[in-house]
Amino acid sequence: MHALVGENGAGKSTLMKILYGMQKPDEGTITIDGEQVSFASPADAIARGIGMVHQHFMLADNLTVLENIVLGAEKLHGIGAAARAAVVEVSDRYGLNVRPDVLVEDLGVADRQRVEILKVLYRGARTLILDEPTAVLVPQEVDALFDNLRELKAEGLTVLFISHKLGEVLSVADDITVIRRGTTVASVAPGETTPKQLAELMVGSELPSPETRESTVTDTPMLTVDALHLSATDPDGVVRAVLDGIGFTIHKGEVLGIAGVEGNGQAELVEAIMGMRDPDGGTITLDGADISHAPTRKRREDGIGYVPEDRHRHGLLLQAPLWENRILGHVTEKPNSRGRLLDLKAARTDTERIVAEYDVRTPGIEVTAASLSGGNQQKLIVGREMSHHPKLLIAAHPTRGVDVGAQAQIWDQIREARREGLAVLLISADLDELIGLSDTLRVMYRGRLVADADPATVTPEELGSAMTGAASGHLEHVEDGTETGGGAAE
Amino acid sequence: MKKIDRTKLTLGIAAPVLAIVAALVITSVIILATGKDPLHAYTVMVDFGSKSDSQVWIINKAVPYYLSALAVAIGFRMNLFNIGVDGQYRIAAFFAAVVGGALTLPGFLQIPLIIIVAMLVGSVWAGIAGILKTTRGVSEVITTIMLNSIAAAVIGYFLQEGRLAVKDGNLFHTPNLPASSHFFTIPTQPDPLDGFLVVAAIAGVAYWFVLGRTRFGFDLRTVGQSESAAQAGGVSVKRMVVTSMLLSGAAAGLIGMPTLLGVSYNYGTDFPVGIGFTGIAIALLGRNHPLGMAAGALLWGFLERTGTQLEFEDYEQEIVGVMQGVIVLCVVIAYEVVRRYGQRLQQRKVGEELAAQARKTDKAEVSA
Repeated sequence: MHALVGENGAGKSTLMKILYGMQKPDEGTITIDGEQVSFASPADAIARGIGMVHQHFMLADNLTVLENIVLGAEKLHGIGAAARAAVVEVSDRYGLNVRPDVLVEDLGVADRQRVEILKVLYRGARTLILDEPTAVLVPQEVDALFDNLRELKAEGLTVLFISHKLGEVLSVADDITVIRRGTTVASVAPGETTPKQLAELMVGSELPSPETRESTVTDTPMLTVDALHLSATDPDGVVRAVLDGIGFTIHKGEVLGIAGVEGNGQAELVEAIMGMRDPDGGTITLDGADISHAPTRKRREDGIGYVPEDRHRHGLLLQAPLWENRILGHVTEKPNSRGRLLDLKAARTDTERIVAEYDVRTPGIEVTAASLSGGNQQKLIVGREMSHHPKLLIAAHPTRGVDVGAQAQIWDQIREARREGLAVLLISADLDELIGLSDTLRVMYRGRLVADADPATVTPEELGSAMTGAASGHLEHVEDGTETGGGAAE
Repeated sequence: MKKIDRTKLTLGIAAPVLAIVAALVITSVIILATGKDPLHAYTVMVDFGSKSDSQVWIINKAVPYYLSALAVAIGFRMNLFNIGVDGQYRIAAFFAAVVGGALTLPGFLQIPLIIIVAMLVGSVWAGIAGILKTTRGVSEVITTIMLNSIAAAVIGYFLQEGRLAVKDGNLFHTPNLPASSHFFTIPTQPDPLDGFLVVAAIAGVAYWFVLGRTRFGFDLRTVGQSESAAQAGGVSVKRMVVTSMLLSGAAAGLIGMPTLLGVSYNYGTDFPVGIGFTGIAIALLGRNHPLGMAAGALLWGFLERTGTQLEFEDYEQEIVGVMQGVIVLCVVIAYEVVRRYGQRLQQRKVGEELAAQARKTDKAEVSA
């Protein structure tokens, strides 16, 4: 099992694309089983036994697990009983426990990931490439995934995986390659290194930490959410509550962190506060003004900054140049416009400033957002949102898919603004980040805030059990390592 | 920075050149396949097309084409496919003709009134599709194409003697506009140019300005590029859909005006149809760019003008239609190919420059 670590923009994704035949190398060779190969397309790579599990799952929600696995590989075992038998056989052999007849839309993230793994195994993969497989999982699920991977290894398969979480890399990998700025900077064995050394190899400098030193929390409430309720119609036409009885207050200078397994209402909560969904009950108050039903633009003008979870869908115009992306979301504000007209010159100048101040690595502001790496895209978004001096920043997974260097910068900027009285709603799957940055922690489960915790004492494991619904109420840290629910533990 | 700009320019020229070469090659092969000489055909077309009366004809023909392309392009920029421009301009021209035929006001009142009626009717007709999309989620492709048929039926119903039309020989048409409603012409030899050319030019400038220089235009383009990003950015996508359909319809309302105010002076059973569909082809051809579409409209006029001459030279009459189709396909494909190539080039450049920067800082660190 080989781990590949490196900053975003270091070339990991490019390397993966080359290995999977999606891109052609200019020079150099790839050798599999002692045989030199060159791939013109992913089909060639698959034929050579290479399988890729992407970070963003490539599954059709409205098909069953079996259909998803067979899709595109009908030639192997057809689509009938033979295919089913083959799927079950592969699933059993590697202990994946996949249920073939469940609809993918009914599966959780961890199950979907297993389907993805099964999909490549079904195609005869002997070498598995996993792109940040743990980014979306809670600690317990990560352990289960690693058990699966060890199983694969025991069966003689090769696993190559990319991760930012160095602790995991050390615990599971047999070999580690660190790349930086497009070249290999080190090959290390996990026994001979520490997470800190590894991180320093990645960035080439000191390791950042998300820890916040002194508290800057004030008594002035900035955002108050009370009894918020939101219903949504799921694909089967059943109306159900996705947010129920949500209430919290964020003060000036406070970071409120929300932990939770993805899909438990965090995205909906953010969209309700941003005005992209209209709540059917409860109130949202920003700086004393009721904004429960105000349009998104009004909320942005009133001082909500938004670093969205999915920057490609909600934060950027990928085909537009950087300066147009700087205008996005703030078209009514200076320096982007004067009256009803755009001020292109000022917007361009200000984009140059953001690029310089926030260290967005780009050759210029005329390139499209799509040509930047993920970390640099995120720095641009953070720079844009901070440039309008928000009162409240909603940061959803602000450092997801972002390299360690950019991560440190983004944390710094959040801390900096917090000192100046910014209120932050932080949603993250990275529990270290949540614990390190937050002043207050809440846990969200099935659309409700079920638990709270003190970031100074709580451990990721304790949070993890509340995230899966195993604990609720106030999480008290107990020294012997087991956690108890201060309220009703189930 | 300069390097990228130069590449951008080269790529910008590469796309149309590639498209023209490809289109010429394919058309030549097709003409050869019919057993005729392609080079002779091109010579005939260029000779005939460059005659001065042809030039006037082409320009006058291009004016409604251009307006139609603008109407379609407003939708395209928003990611809306308004196939209903055809129905919108016809029903708009019809009611404008009815209103114009019923009134006798001085020209400076009557002409603007007719144009405004046309734009209003056009936007109402397009707006129906916009409202259905936002309230009921019906695709505008379906509604606009059905509204085309409904428009034709409505016109057919009213365009009868005793309703809103008069009989003239075998034809039915709305009462003629008074002489005061005739639009001005630009005197040129041998025939005059349609004064609506000026209106088309103004519409083109307005299109460029509103889309590229105003907040509204930015919002519109944002929705076109990414609905989710637009929504998160505070654009009301629904309102934008309706607004842009209204605008598209208003622009569509102008399409019939050069004919109504400058040629026919009434709406009859022989009023030109199908310009809305031509507009789709020209908007594609011109890449929704105001100048590109102007070139496209002129090219279209040129092909139609010279196509008639090809018939006299014993070529198949369908060859012009084939050419038009081939050109649109070649342009769309060529631009997409060049765009993808350009994007890859850019990504590589970004990577290279960053690597170069990194090497520089590495060296600095070493020497420090």
